[in-house]
Amino acid sequence: MIEVTVIDREGEEHLLEAPTDMGLNMMEVCKSYELPVEGTCGGMALCASCHMYVESDNELPEPTEAEEDMLDQAFFVKPNSRLGCQLKLNEDLDGLVVRLAPVGE
Amino acid sequence: MTRTDIIIVGAGPVGLFTVFEAGLLKLKCHLVDVLGQPGGQLTEIYPKKPIYDIPGYPSVLASELVDNLMKQIEPFNPEFTLGEKAEKIEKIEDSLFKLTTDQGTEICAPVIAIAGGLGSFEPRKPPLENLEKYEGKGVDYIVKDPEKYRDRDIVIAGGGDSALDWTIYLAEIAKSIKLIHRRSSFRGAIDSVEKVMELANSGKVDLITNAQVTAISGANSVESVTVETSNGIVDFNADYFIPLFGLTPKLGPIGEWGLEIEDNAIKVNTYDYSTNIPGIYAIGDINTYPGKLKLILCGFHEGTLMVQSAFKHIYPDQKLSFKYTTVTGISGLE
Repeated sequence: MIEVTVIDREGEEHLLEAPTDMGLNMMEVCKSYELPVEGTCGGMALCASCHMYVESDNELPEPTEAEEDMLDQAFFVKPNSRLGCQLKLNEDLDGLVVRLAPVGE
Repeated sequence: MTRTDIIIVGAGPVGLFTVFEAGLLKLKCHLVDVLGQPGGQLTEIYPKKPIYDIPGYPSVLASELVDNLMKQIEPFNPEFTLGEKAEKIEKIEDSLFKLTTDQGTEICAPVIAIAGGLGSFEPRKPPLENLEKYEGKGVDYIVKDPEKYRDRDIVIAGGGDSALDWTIYLAEIAKSIKLIHRRSSFRGAIDSVEKVMELANSGKVDLITNAQVTAISGANSVESVTVETSNGIVDFNADYFIPLFGLTPKLGPIGEWGLEIEDNAIKVNTYDYSTNIPGIYAIGDINTYPGKLKLILCGFHEGTLMVQSAFKHIYPDQKLSFKYTTVTGISGLE
């Protein structure tokens, strides 16, 4: 189990417990806690609907070219932008803080 | 007005296979889809991804599965209305519905099967303040009539094929054209990327990379857009702003048809996948029920059971005798 913090679009912080042995990613964790993350493509890095900003200094693998390509379809992309579905849960993510990126209507 | 037995809203895998199962019962189908080609998400989001949980296929590319489904349903001659969004459903007679698309096409049938997946694919809209105010007044998400951009100042945003293609096309027509992209590499076809670079070098396109549009302004229509670049914030004059960030599925009009909706999905009875409106069914990713799994495989099952109920709805007095395809064969596939 690790703990991650998700800050929603209203600025509210959610401290979530998440298992590291189920092959989950941050998009799925948010969805399982019913936070407003769409994850339309189901986690294939093919839709950009799980765009989030990483606000903690956890060591994360660099985004792949596929992830960068999909971030092109997101808005307000910043240097700390990631697709939640590409952040696989493991011990390195303990204490991770992410903020959900704004979405259009 | 076209008349059929079952109108299927959504030409994704589940909608397509339902044509086959309906065909076995001699029911005719007419499919309506907002996308210009069949296949739904499989064609639009992940055509080149292998799928591993289709029974009988250890692995099949999404686009191949769509091709195969099209072949499988061909003997039943389904009709298609593609590139049009199912907008309105009304009851015109006791047991007859009329569906109208956003382009005015009318189809009527005693049964409607909604196989709409995650909804209809619509352009992804940037979360900019006052965006709605400028829609149709300088903000366009789709280029329909390129001539309207002649001798005007255009700003396009995005980094994929459509952003590149329209930049290339409109460079010849517009007075000025700026392409805004958040990084310096593009994910579009290499030829298009090279062509845009050429146009940028010859001054025909103003390529602004590592930048994003952050605001739109203008009294009644778009007059300028604000762009945040690595060198600071700049305002550019623009008559038109065309954000091209791909398509995203939205529930859209389906939410306004009087159906019971829960979490963006239509509630159904698992006995026959019927909705709260007799004659309207929902199958595939668009429906919800206890234990629901959003799998193509489950959608195939749902469509199969649904057409049995649809048959009884259309012909309440006729007996339906179930037959295996191994016994009857399929004329056209033999």
